[in-house]
Amino acid sequence: MSATTSGYPSRSSARPAGSPPRRRVRLPFSAWHLLLTPLALVFAIPLIWLLLSSVMSDAEINRFPPALWPSGIDLGGYRYVLGNAMFPRWFANSLIVSVVAVASNLLLGALGGYAFARMRFAGSRVLLALMLATMAIPFQLTMIPTFLVMKRLGLIDTLGALIVPSLVTPFAVFLFRQFFLSLPRELEEAAWMDGCSRLRVLFLIVLPLSRPALGTVAVLTFLTTWNDLTWPLIAINHDTQYTLQLGLTTFQGQHHTHWSAVMAGNVITVLPVLLAFLFAQKSFIQSITSSGIKG
Amino acid sequence: MPRLPTPLTLPERKHNTRAGHGHADRDEGITSGPAPSRIVKRPMGPWQRRLRGEQATAWIFVSPSVLIVLGLSVVPVAWSLLLSFRADDLVTPSRWVGLDNYRALVQDPNFGQAVRNTLLYTALYVPLSIGLGLVLALVLNRRIRLVGLYRTLIFVPFVISATAQGVLFSFVLDPEFGVANSVLHELGVSPQGFLTDPGQALPVLVAISLWSGTGFCVVVILAALQDVPPSLTEAARLDGAGRWNLLRHVVLPALNPVLAFLLLWQTINALQVFDLVYVTTKGGPLGSTTLIVYFIWEQAFKNFTAGYGAAAAYALAVALLLVFLVPRLVRAARVRSRETHGLEGAAR
Repeated sequence: MSATTSGYPSRSSARPAGSPPRRRVRLPFSAWHLLLTPLALVFAIPLIWLLLSSVMSDAEINRFPPALWPSGIDLGGYRYVLGNAMFPRWFANSLIVSVVAVASNLLLGALGGYAFARMRFAGSRVLLALMLATMAIPFQLTMIPTFLVMKRLGLIDTLGALIVPSLVTPFAVFLFRQFFLSLPRELEEAAWMDGCSRLRVLFLIVLPLSRPALGTVAVLTFLTTWNDLTWPLIAINHDTQYTLQLGLTTFQGQHHTHWSAVMAGNVITVLPVLLAFLFAQKSFIQSITSSGIKG
Repeated sequence: MPRLPTPLTLPERKHNTRAGHGHADRDEGITSGPAPSRIVKRPMGPWQRRLRGEQATAWIFVSPSVLIVLGLSVVPVAWSLLLSFRADDLVTPSRWVGLDNYRALVQDPNFGQAVRNTLLYTALYVPLSIGLGLVLALVLNRRIRLVGLYRTLIFVPFVISATAQGVLFSFVLDPEFGVANSVLHELGVSPQGFLTDPGQALPVLVAISLWSGTGFCVVVILAALQDVPPSLTEAARLDGAGRWNLLRHVVLPALNPVLAFLLLWQTINALQVFDLVYVTTKGGPLGSTTLIVYFIWEQAFKNFTAGYGAAAAYALAVALLLVFLVPRLVRAARVRSRETHGLEGAAR
């Protein structure tokens, strides 16, 4: 911990408050790096190892001690996963479920949120309170009956069973409502006066101003549906209907010695979320903190 | 509160006189085609008429979400309660057994173990993730070079699914082929069982969750730190507060709401861990990682004793409700007592 003491000028050095920190004398960089670099590596190394092992040959992976660095890029794992296994199918399934869930959460969440924010109708307060209360219901309390509901609807073992429960979340409705309440009302009123219908007001005036809310709902919906394992595990039996998460864990169970293929499958499972995160990092983090703080 | 924008212009159309709408409405009906600008002064009739149209529109707007959300929460919650009083294998018709499921639950050593495991997991994960998150956030809240890169690296694991984490770490921690043991071998440490060792499996799961969950705490605390008004810290500094006092008396109190939120949030999440357990240990070895949601899933969808699983789910829900409600009630009581004290003080 000497890093912490040497890194910052001690308080006793009488520098006027508010002046910029004094120039470091001994190190060409802040001593905090000595603490932060190893810590950041702890978080990064497992992911780096995931990428590296996915391009290792089986011989490299299975010898002891295992190679720490691949001697060359061996795409055998990827070839196996994309050719022999059903990963492309699972990828498509995951994509369908996630995209439908995102689109429908944006649409239904915005509609519901707008009605709760701007329109007065009988029972609106009770309904809103009920919707909010459902956010506190733990999933495991509803999962068994939801399975039975889906079974009665004949949806078990189809993507429909995955799509229907994720069509809209109370969270999306509530987040849109809060955001719409924060918007100034004047523009909407002007449009309304000119005889614009509510639907047109929502789509032509309110939603174009609501990019942060749309982004947050899209990001969080995509993240939760893409990453979910529990519900697909319950609702899906047949491997043609698997999502990537379900497919990956089953694949691992069947090929637990074929690690390069398992890791290649893992990279394919993680990559869309990872790329989305790296490209839209700021909005990801904003979404997560805003949802966190509003909770 | 949401308020309807007052309509200023209206289509010049006769509208039907409806019973019970009062004089304003009927007057409007008779005088018909009023100059739009006048309506501002007495908007009652048309306002109500448009309101009625609004009612229908509003219901059309909310009904899809209301149907789906309530249909897939309120109905299952009630159904779950009924199920917990029945013996149900999800296939054949179920049979009423009264409180038998709950009685069996109390005596089931596996359920007891699942509860103990879950509590241990929560007691380790929640304080560690928040504590580590707080320290990292405080360090990352400085103006150092590369601070953005550090933040990204620490946060990235959070977006990785529990499935992918589980698969990755069962490979890294594989006792025979894993890198972890070969690194330990290099360091002269004997090979460890990790997830296959009943004594280690649960702490290892906590460590994996910390790897992925700490970034969330860091990001949330960082956002709150950036909201601490600089004038406040500046004033404290002018008053001669040292680094430690600044942290203790200015920064931490400002973080209180966010830390309370994280405590609640992380606890709720810790009590509901399932995916990671399913992918890595399936509750083993020797039931040492059977957490309560895994227990429920196993009962309902593996052993096909859905009624029993529902009873366990209800027990957990009540526990969660307490976690939710108790701090709130305590806070409400505290606020109330403070208010009454405040009033007394003002009276004096």
